[in-house]
Amino acid sequence: MLSIKGLKVKLEEEDKQILKGVDLEVEAGKVHAIMGPNGSGKSTLSYVLSGKDGYEVTEGSATLEGEDLLDMEPEERAAAGLFLAFQYPVEIPGVGNMTFLRTAVNAQRKARGEEEMSAGDFLKVIRAKAKDLKIDADMLKRPVNMGFSGGEKKRNEILQMAMLEPKMCVLDETDSGLDVDAMKLVAEGVNALRTEGRGFLVITHYQRLLDHIKPDVVHIMADGRIVKTGGPELALEVENNGYAGILSEVA
Amino acid sequence: MTAMQATTSETDDLIAQHRIEAEGWSRTAREDALARATAMGLPQRRDEYWKYTRPDSLTAAEPVAAALLKSDEAPLFDGMDRLKLVFVDGVFDADASDDLSQEGLEIELLSRAEGDLHWARDLYGTLEARGQKPVERPLAAVNTAFAKEGVLIRVTGKVSRPVNLIYRRNSDSSDVMLHYCVKVEKDAEVTVLENGPAAARLNTVMEVDVADHGHFHHVRAQGRDHERRAATHVFARLGEESFFKSFTVTVNGALTRNECVIELTGDDANAHVAGACVGDGDFHHDDTVFITHDAVNCESRQVFKKVLRNGAVGVFQGKILVKDGAQKTDGYQISQSLLLDEDSQFLAKPELEIYADDVACSHGSTSGAIDEDALFYLRARGVEKHVATDLLTLAFLAEAVEEIAAEELRDAINDRLASWLERHRG
Repeated sequence: MLSIKGLKVKLEEEDKQILKGVDLEVEAGKVHAIMGPNGSGKSTLSYVLSGKDGYEVTEGSATLEGEDLLDMEPEERAAAGLFLAFQYPVEIPGVGNMTFLRTAVNAQRKARGEEEMSAGDFLKVIRAKAKDLKIDADMLKRPVNMGFSGGEKKRNEILQMAMLEPKMCVLDETDSGLDVDAMKLVAEGVNALRTEGRGFLVITHYQRLLDHIKPDVVHIMADGRIVKTGGPELALEVENNGYAGILSEVA
Repeated sequence: MTAMQATTSETDDLIAQHRIEAEGWSRTAREDALARATAMGLPQRRDEYWKYTRPDSLTAAEPVAAALLKSDEAPLFDGMDRLKLVFVDGVFDADASDDLSQEGLEIELLSRAEGDLHWARDLYGTLEARGQKPVERPLAAVNTAFAKEGVLIRVTGKVSRPVNLIYRRNSDSSDVMLHYCVKVEKDAEVTVLENGPAAARLNTVMEVDVADHGHFHHVRAQGRDHERRAATHVFARLGEESFFKSFTVTVNGALTRNECVIELTGDDANAHVAGACVGDGDFHHDDTVFITHDAVNCESRQVFKKVLRNGAVGVFQGKILVKDGAQKTDGYQISQSLLLDEDSQFLAKPELEIYADDVACSHGSTSGAIDEDALFYLRARGVEKHVATDLLTLAFLAEAVEEIAAEELRDAINDRLASWLERHRG
C-alpha cells in the first residue's frame, strides 16, 4: 500500500536535515504505529507524505499503490487515497463544515472520474456517520473547527476520514489533547474503518492510544530514522522503559 | 497660478459643463448647493480625505472615456419581484420601467416632480448640506445643484416589493448625475436595490430620512464595468428605533469613491453600512464613512472587505463620532483586505472621536494574504488549489455579505462574487 524508501528530507528554509533515510512498508489491512521521542521526525514524515510546503526531499521515494506521491499536488494525493488526520486541525472561519466536507468529497470523486454525490445522498450519509462519532448537527453547521474543543476537532478529523474513505490513513498524534473518553470515541471511529483494503499509519508519542487502536507493527523512530521495528509488545516496552532504554539498546 | 486660482477655475469648468438653470420647487435648494460647492471648491489631492484617492478624473470638466463591457451574464436581481426603474446613460427609460404606482409608496421622477411635493422640497439637499460638516463633500453639493434626474420616494407603509434602480449605458463617455431622496415615514419599510453600469462617470447622491421605527434597506451592485469612474454619496438621518442597512458590492471599476454619512438622531437607532469589493489590476476603490451618534443607545456597524490583486488599490476611511450625551453607544468598525499578491495595496484610516463616557466602540483593520495553513488543510482533503482559494476568499468576504438581511439577496451577491473569482483566477 504505502511504500517509503530511503526518504531523506530537509527544511527548505534552513539547511537542516529532518529525515535521514526512512524505510517503511505499510500493507493493506494492517495498522502500523510509529512511536518516538519529540523531534524525531514523526510529524515531518506525515507532512511530507501529504505534500505540505516547506520541506525538500533530497533522496528516496514514497509511493501509494505504486504511484509516486512526492510528484503530486496535495489534492492529487488525497484523490489517490491518502488521508492525513492533522495533529492540529485548522480553523477556517467563514467556511461551513458541511460545505467543506461536501466540496472535498465531490472534488475527490471528480478527480477520480466518479459521479458527484447529490446533496440529499450526502446529507443521509454524513448524518449517519456523524451520529456514530457523537457529532451533532450544530457542529456540522458551524465553520470548520471554529469553536470546537480539542476532542471535537479530532472527532471531526475522523468524520472526514469516514466520509472520504481513503485507502491509506495517516494519523498524526491523534491522541494529543484528548481525555480518555474522547480517545476511546476517536479510536472506535478509527477501528470502524479498519478493513482489508485499507492501511493505517498511526503516529503517536504515547502507548495509550495503541491500547485502543491495536497495531500490527510498531516502529520506533529517532533522529530521522526508524531504529527498531517489532510487534505490539514494543509499544509496551516504551511504556515501561521509556525511549531512553530502547535507544541505548540500538545505539 | 496659485492653487486657489486653480481650484476656482476647475470648479468653474465642471459647473459650466453641468450647469442647468434652477427652477421650480428645487430652485432654492439647488442655488444653495451651488453656493456651497463654489465656496468649498472641488476636492484636491491635498485635502485630508483625498490623500489616498486622486480626485482629478472626478472633478475634470470632461469624463475619461470608458469602454462598454459586453457581458452575457443575466443582470443581478433578474427574476426577483421588484419595482423596476431603468436609467440609460442617466435618462429614465419609461418603456423598460414598471408603472410607478405601488401601495405604500409615493414615487416620482426628479425631472417630473411638481411643486406640491412638500416632503421632497424639505428633503432635497437638506441631508447633503448637513453632511458637509465637519468634512466637506463638494462633489455631493455639485450633484444637488445640477442633477438632472433621480427619484423621489416617500414610503408610508411596509413595501414588500423592492424598488430597483437599474442602470444601463450605451455611451462610452456619458457623464451622469443622479439624485435620490427617500423619505421613510414612521413604521414604514422599504428596500432599494441598485445595479448595472450607469455611466462612464457617475455621481450619485442618495438622501435617506428614516422616521421613528422606520426601516430602510439598501443593496447596491456597482456593475461589471471596468473603466468607469464613480463618486457616490449616501446621506442618512435616523429617528428613534429606526433601522438603516446599506450594502455595496463592487466588482472592478477604474475608480470608485463611496461615501456614506449617517446621523443617528433618535434613541435606539441602528445603522449598518457594509461593502465587499473585488478588484483586479486597474482598480481603485475607496470607502469613506462618517457615522455620528447623537442619541442614546444607538448601534452602528461598519464592515468593509476588499479583495485585491494585480496592483489594485483599496482605501478605507471610516469615522465614528460619538457626541456628548450619546451614552450607551455601541459602535463597531472593521476594514480588512485580502491581498492576493504583493503588488496590491490597502490604505486604511480608522477614526474614533468620543465625547460621551459610557460607550463601547471598537475598530480593527487588517491586511493579509490567504491563510496558507487553511489552504493546505483544504487541499489535503482533495480540494483543488484554485477552488480552495476561492472558498477562502468568499469566506473572507462573508462577514460583509452577511450584513445583507435578505437571504435571496445575499445568495445573489455571493454568486456574483464567486463568478468574479472564477473569471479572475491568478
